[in-house]
Amino acid sequence: MHAEKHAIPGTTPFDGDMARRGYELNAMCYSFNDAENRKAFLEDEDAYCDKFNLTEEQRRAVAARDVLAMIAAGGNIYYLAKLAGIFGLSVQDLGAQQTGMSVDDFKAKLLAEGMEA
Amino acid sequence: MAEILGGVFTSHVPAIGGAIAKGLQKDDYWRPFFDGFPAISEWLSEKKPDIAVVFYNDHGLNFFLDKMPTFAVGAAPQYDNADEGWGLPVCHSLKGAPEFSWHLIEHLVGADFDITTCQKMLVDHAVMVPFQLLWPDAKEWPVRVVPIAINTVQHPLPSPSRCLALGHAVHDAIEEWEGDERVVVVGTGGLSHQLDGERAGFLNKDYDKFCLDSLGPSPEALIKDTSLDIIEKAGSQGIEILNWIAARGAVGGRVVEKSRNYHIPISNTAAASLLLERV
Repeated sequence: MHAEKHAIPGTTPFDGDMARRGYELNAMCYSFNDAENRKAFLEDEDAYCDKFNLTEEQRRAVAARDVLAMIAAGGNIYYLAKLAGIFGLSVQDLGAQQTGMSVDDFKAKLLAEGMEA
Repeated sequence: MAEILGGVFTSHVPAIGGAIAKGLQKDDYWRPFFDGFPAISEWLSEKKPDIAVVFYNDHGLNFFLDKMPTFAVGAAPQYDNADEGWGLPVCHSLKGAPEFSWHLIEHLVGADFDITTCQKMLVDHAVMVPFQLLWPDAKEWPVRVVPIAINTVQHPLPSPSRCLALGHAVHDAIEEWEGDERVVVVGTGGLSHQLDGERAGFLNKDYDKFCLDSLGPSPEALIKDTSLDIIEKAGSQGIEILNWIAARGAVGGRVVEKSRNYHIPISNTAAASLLLERV
């Protein structure tokens, strides 16, 4: 029996369940430390996803560039950031997408927090 | 006997490395963060440490989920940086201190810490960004390094109390070392930030202030929470405060705060630097 999980709003702790679910997706993203692998992904995304045996859920999330769906499919943000890097996206772009804000609004929200006393 | 000079604590946001590469330190966005470092760099050039023991977390450069150590201690003669996938320039390598590392390892296992030992270990931005901040003009890094990686990626994470205890054991090991090296302890990461999920962009100034106020005089105040409590308060990646807690344990004893800086935002992060000198 698992102990009841500590629920944190808007947050999915990357625990054993998520680590098992996301292994293939995270393995693919980990491979993007290597420039040749980034190039291979860009040249043939489907073939590259095949090579890492992504689940259907993971493939759909990657094809849609949908970060919340990737997290739901077990993606860990540290690895997903390497996928985002292929498209020149920063963690601020990812933050905007996940919170449904424009990138400018997301950045402005953070700047505003710094302005508050 | 080795001498522990103090602890340096800093955020390690990758974008800081990007700003350094582009020479943006004096830009309006970056200056309030970089302003925290001249005092620390001056202290380091005055104190001249020989060895830096660096508590950090790997972000998927050296460790993948196939093998995820809770605590990993470097024992390499050299630590290389490498491409992390999103365009940061690769920094030049760091020299290790393998005999000192093995002394720490012997002591830690003797004190019942079941660590992983790494004779090869790539170090990511969580080590290299702090080194660039602390020694901005270094042609060669002026210290040898022992990196100690704490798992902040895959739950279950080590508890804050265990991280402080690890730090205390490292402290004891440094004090027992027979060489006369001067040691600085470095803790990297934080403060509050969250990159993932609907709560991305979450910050918590009150908790960060509590951390900055407590770390020197009363680090025990930080270990009353579980790691999940800290994630709730500081964000998913705010848990990197574990590196600061372990580093504070390794400094040990009483400290005096010599420098502090806190700035929101750097990228998605409440960024900070802190210098605690041993007294």
